[in-house]
Amino acid sequence: MSKVLIIAEHLNGKLNPSTARCVSCAQAIKADSIDVLVLADTPDAIGAEAAKIQGVSKVLTVANPVNAHALAAIYAPQIVAAAKNGYTHVLAPSTTFGKDVAPRVAALLGVAQVSDIISVVDAHTFTRPIYAGNAIITVQAPADQILVATVRTASWPAAANGGNAPIEALTVGVELPSHTRFVELAQGSSERPDLQSASKVVSGGRGVGSAENFAIIFKLADKLGAAVGASRAAVDAGYVPSDLQVGQTGKIIAPQLYMAIGISGAIQHLTGIKDAGTIVAINKDAEAPIFEIADIGLVGDLFKIIPELEAALG
Amino acid sequence: MKILVGYKRVVDYNVRIQVKPDGSGVVTEGVKLSANPFDDIALEEALRLREKGIASEVVVATIAPADAQAHLRNGLAMGANRAIHVVTGDAVQPLTAARVFLKLIEKEQPQIVILGKQAIDDDCNQTGQMLAALWDRPQATFASKVEVSGNAAKVTREVDAGLETIEVDLPAVITTDLRLNEPRFIKLPDIMKAKSKPLETLQLADLGVASGDTLKTTNYAPPAKRSKGVMVKDAAELVAALKTKGLL
Repeated sequence: MSKVLIIAEHLNGKLNPSTARCVSCAQAIKADSIDVLVLADTPDAIGAEAAKIQGVSKVLTVANPVNAHALAAIYAPQIVAAAKNGYTHVLAPSTTFGKDVAPRVAALLGVAQVSDIISVVDAHTFTRPIYAGNAIITVQAPADQILVATVRTASWPAAANGGNAPIEALTVGVELPSHTRFVELAQGSSERPDLQSASKVVSGGRGVGSAENFAIIFKLADKLGAAVGASRAAVDAGYVPSDLQVGQTGKIIAPQLYMAIGISGAIQHLTGIKDAGTIVAINKDAEAPIFEIADIGLVGDLFKIIPELEAALG
Repeated sequence: MKILVGYKRVVDYNVRIQVKPDGSGVVTEGVKLSANPFDDIALEEALRLREKGIASEVVVATIAPADAQAHLRNGLAMGANRAIHVVTGDAVQPLTAARVFLKLIEKEQPQIVILGKQAIDDDCNQTGQMLAALWDRPQATFASKVEVSGNAAKVTREVDAGLETIEVDLPAVITTDLRLNEPRFIKLPDIMKAKSKPLETLQLADLGVASGDTLKTTNYAPPAKRSKGVMVKDAAELVAALKTKGLL
């Protein structure tokens, strides 16, 4: 008898697709019910989006002005209060949001947390990657405690829309701290698809050479309708902002098509793209490790190849 | 103020680890061990706060087997004032580590605890958040900028959507992201000096910490191998290959 509570991630009044991916993981647990908890200042529109996800039994909303921004110290006590209503599992996406809040919830409940579930063996047994994805472990959590876990979003498809779950307002009645305050969020203003949910991603690395040269990557991405990513080397060199970083310490993605351009393929980077459908590598160094995992490789100068590619794409 | 820094010893990030054929673990015998890269960043940030006159003392602490003294001496050589070695032969899970650090907080009364955002061996990304919860204090995770003024810290965090800035009252737990700083190199004379710095040893068993190691690892496996790819000659061939796969 599993009752799963999924913590909804949202921003600017919109539900993040990571929530629907958590629903897929909850379905793999063979949950008897899957409820989604929306903490927000005005949760109605977000809750309505969550109610449409197929497989969701019920959406619980907690409206409170202090929930306007996802602060772990404020969210966690409310999640704990909600979880104590008979839930056996609390799931959050393994995004910066989920990674921030879930361990705080687990510690308040006095239980361990399973990070980054990539597959479900049974309701309390999961696989997860360690050592930058170089080993996959099977972990078993005690069945007599609430299980708190984060779900690796790249490993799970988003559950489809078409559901019609009831929405209920929930009163949590817990005292919330004032020691943590939101100041601001500086968002990279991008018209391009979101890196974590895009079906195509074009990434540039150190080989691109400069921030100015990165324009060639953006141009190709726009031509393909792809999101843009980057290696840590490109971010550290200041070519692009850090929210584009793909890898163990950046974003872990699983697009259908991943194009690595001027990226050597350090272990740290490969762990972020291992689940991609098709990996294309363009690099002038034929010995670059990226070619070991690429499905299609092309050795050559990216500044010559990209214009040719664009011409071939028409 | 005093700053407590978590300083874990892990398999060096350049080592390509191997899973044992019987699935019982990964090979860690004879491989190079180093400070967790995020913890080096944590220590560097603490040292910078001391250099700015904000902190007066930086204490590094680790939970590790008895042979980890050299590891702590590295932290002392980098510039920490003192070190605390909590000795245990077993790897501890994050909840236990957080409970141990809570004991150290009770003993040391730091105003700021800085940990790495994750250890590159277990990739958990939990200990700092759990510690903040048990301590009932604020957390500022994935920090890329820290400004301390008076009784609060303004921390810029690397979140998926961009850069978020929050303000937390002290004491607080901060976890470091890669872009927070560039850790300094250790100089030879500092290695000599580090030998005479205080290093306190505590036995984990004596601390009265309840184990939070409730997760059981039943198997280790290498990741699924991707099938061997093909090489193409030029852009036109690449586009043709992608079209065949239905990706364009």
